[in-house]
Amino acid sequence: MTFPSRVPEPYGQNGSANLADILERVLDKGLVIAGDIRINLLDIELLTIKLRLIVASVDKAKEMGIDWWETDPSLSSHARRDELSRENAELRARLAELDESGPRREPEPAIERGRAREEPS
Amino acid sequence: MTGLRYVYAVCRPFGAALQRQLTGVGGAPPRLLRHHDLVAVVSEVPERDFAERPLRAHLEDLDWLTETAHAHQNVIDALTAVTTPLPLRLGTVFHDDSGVRVMLEAREEGFRRTLDRLAGRVEWGVKVYAEPEAQQEPREPAKAASGRDYLRQRRLSHRADEELWERADRFARRLHETLAERAEDTRLHAPQNSALSGVPGRNVLNAAYLVSRAHSEEFVELVDRTKSEEPGLRVELTGPWAAYSFSGEEPDGEEMNGDETNGDGVGA
Repeated sequence: MTFPSRVPEPYGQNGSANLADILERVLDKGLVIAGDIRINLLDIELLTIKLRLIVASVDKAKEMGIDWWETDPSLSSHARRDELSRENAELRARLAELDESGPRREPEPAIERGRAREEPS
Repeated sequence: MTGLRYVYAVCRPFGAALQRQLTGVGGAPPRLLRHHDLVAVVSEVPERDFAERPLRAHLEDLDWLTETAHAHQNVIDALTAVTTPLPLRLGTVFHDDSGVRVMLEAREEGFRRTLDRLAGRVEWGVKVYAEPEAQQEPREPAKAASGRDYLRQRRLSHRADEELWERADRFARRLHETLAERAEDTRLHAPQNSALSGVPGRNVLNAAYLVSRAHSEEFVELVDRTKSEEPGLRVELTGPWAAYSFSGEEPDGEEMNGDETNGDGVGA
């Protein structure tokens, strides 16, 4: 009844389909039905697995000395925020130092304003 | 020696034979369990691996999970070659054949509806990645001469990134619209985490399209044509998959209710 007409050659599947793609479908999609044993319903479990997967692959990468995604501001918004606040703190510390030592003078305003403009509002 | 029944998919009866050497999860060959005009594709799995507790433990073992997911997907792939399966999630296990029959009986209507909706269709996955490094001058700031220079450099690189994200976003939306016109249904999935997929670039589109087999070739060509349209953006196509992303029953189907939380309805 459902005679398939020609199916195009598989793209990127089998051999080269990456595990993440397969797990994404096999774990995440597909029909959920209640089995006698109800593992497939425990989405929380599946979430745990995903977290573990990430942890596992991150650990593996770190073993090889790859951890750029944690620190590269263009890849991680977290790192981006971190970097901004780190810079900010550094500049403030510098200013405070300047304030204390030497004759009192106004801090260079360009820096503060430059920073403020840099920061996305 | 009692085994449990692992269910891969539900199909309409089909004439073609499955590959002879096809093995499923745990190495056992899948077989067809017919009930009225539905077929469940099942294989026997040992209790020591697939009873509730060991299964739960196994699911957290990455190597085991990898092997099992591949085996599951192999069977679904083989089915997709000869019919339109309704794929089930990994780890759907019943105590015995009669448990599977009871489930088929209870959900007959919903299965038929969904199978009719999916008949003759396959799923294609399309992803778009943005690769910031590829199109940028080296990241190392050439020793900032002053604070002002430093800030200017930072702003420039920041802006280049923003531009790329905006371009990627526009491109992804446009591509999705074009593809959606050729598809019968679409699903937008959450972008894949690159730490998980191990694929370079940031995933800005992760979509699935339900396309009839007859129109698949055309669809694939359409995707291929966009592949080199934009520098810094990479388009990836996977498929044909069984309609995993479209296998949920329509929201008005009553069977949806309750099956997420308990299986009692099935056993009753």
